Amino acid sequence: MNVEKPPTLGRKIARGFNRFGGERAAQLVPQARLAGPMPWVIAIMVTLVVIAAAGGLAMRNVAESARTELAAGATVQVLEALPQERERQARIVEEMLQASPAVASTRRVPDEELDALLEPWLGVGTASQAVPVPALIDVRLRSDATQDTLDELQAMLVQRAPDARIDAQASWLGPVFGALSSMQYLALALVVLLAMTSAAAVWLAARSALGSNRGTIEVVHMLGGTDAQIARIFERSIGFDATLGGAVGLAMGLAAILFLGRQFAALGSGMMAAGGLGWTDWVMIAAIPLIAVALAMLTARITVIAALRRML
Amino acid sequence: MNAPDNEVVAFDNVGLRYGPDREVLSNISFTLFPGSFYFLTGASGAGKTSLLKLLYLAQRPSRGAIRMFGTDVITLARKKLPAYRRRIGVVFQDFRLIPHLSAFDNVALPLRVSGVREEDLRKPVADMLDWVGLSHRIDDRPATLSGGEQQRVAIARAVIGRPDMLVADEPTGNVDPEMALKLLRLFEALNRLGTTVVVATHDVHLLKKVPESLIMRLDKGKLSDPTGALRYPPRPAVKRDRLS
Repeated sequence: MNVEKPPTLGRKIARGFNRFGGERAAQLVPQARLAGPMPWVIAIMVTLVVIAAAGGLAMRNVAESARTELAAGATVQVLEALPQERERQARIVEEMLQASPAVASTRRVPDEELDALLEPWLGVGTASQAVPVPALIDVRLRSDATQDTLDELQAMLVQRAPDARIDAQASWLGPVFGALSSMQYLALALVVLLAMTSAAAVWLAARSALGSNRGTIEVVHMLGGTDAQIARIFERSIGFDATLGGAVGLAMGLAAILFLGRQFAALGSGMMAAGGLGWTDWVMIAAIPLIAVALAMLTARITVIAALRRML
Repeated sequence: MNAPDNEVVAFDNVGLRYGPDREVLSNISFTLFPGSFYFLTGASGAGKTSLLKLLYLAQRPSRGAIRMFGTDVITLARKKLPAYRRRIGVVFQDFRLIPHLSAFDNVALPLRVSGVREEDLRKPVADMLDWVGLSHRIDDRPATLSGGEQQRVAIARAVIGRPDMLVADEPTGNVDPEMALKLLRLFEALNRLGTTVVVATHDVHLLKKVPESLIMRLDKGKLSDPTGALRYPPRPAVKRDRLS
């Protein structure tokens, strides 16, 4: 120890422009990696958000598909008990509708199809003989089935087929659409609540990290570290945890979505098939962990800077 | 207060209280000049650490004025304080090294905070550790070092950025007398380079080891200055070899 000759330090090393960050800054806060709770908390949150978001998007797709299909749809029932008269009025209705400029196409629902629909209640092949079943005509309009259009068609039909009644198909499924909308809002609310819970968890983690590294913070502060420099150290640390947790959470969420998707696909329901996710939906789901990382880093920054402001 | 060109720090009627209690420092007035060596003495609880906190900008006073490097630091915006802290080196009795960093990384920290590139800091840090006699412990963590070694790492960290002022709070409190003397020699060597040194100590034997030093004595929060030399010090004779 040659105290008489201290090293001559050039002034240039005391002033630099290199940003204090990266690995060197990160090493100030020891990283627990996956051994710590933070990545797992974020992983669970991201998994739940991914599942809730996928559910909400699937329900939106179901509702939109059904709405598109049914918006221009109407059904004409011929409510006549006598089979011959019912058949006569049904043929007249079909002819009138096909001649109408408001109608794009019609399809008479065959008796066999009606029997199949009633089979669970009335037994095999007996439905149309046992009870008078109305004749049904499926109508596709050129535009949405508004009340005005329906009123005009009804007025036209009753002139020659007094037992014909026309209804918009969408109106029958109104309660279903209402339920689907409620489920979408529920999914959205779940996503928002989980995001808030994640932010709260990150806030607690940042405060805990701040507490356990208070000595380090005080030293860096005393050495002339700025609030932004110190906050960046914690941002990076929590950003790393959030990235790790987000990746694990996305993987778990995708596994859950694929499993549920296969289960619903096995039902063979047309409505469920319409609930498949499109590429924009997948992009939105893939963005969830990125948003989680950004949210975690922002929360960490705000928490650390708020704590530093209490120091001089 | 008008700032003389060669003044480092000037306190004018400074008072400090924590909360509603009585003042721990009262009517403190003094001026520190460049290249001077000061001992701050006083019994435990006299307010030495509080005064040092004001000196290394960890605390604002409750009243009075403090000018540092020609700037009024009381009214200075908080975001501008880091630039002033980088001009002050601090050494603590309990070292305050970062336990999971090596001796090299602890000493390199002020330079990294100041934005020095990695390739520019390796040699100065190695030289500094060599100067304090720890070139063989460069990769060791604080827990594996003795008290004297840890304090030398802390001194190296405090002076690596060539501060204008070095503040040491009981730096010899946790080392044996032989090491205490060695640490004092380090402070003296730095002082010869032009650094203003303020060492708080209750060890009266140390005071005699630096004959050119000025003594600031605190008693129950009041600075003893019977001759007025601390508040109105004679212009110090600047030795050519000190500031060269």
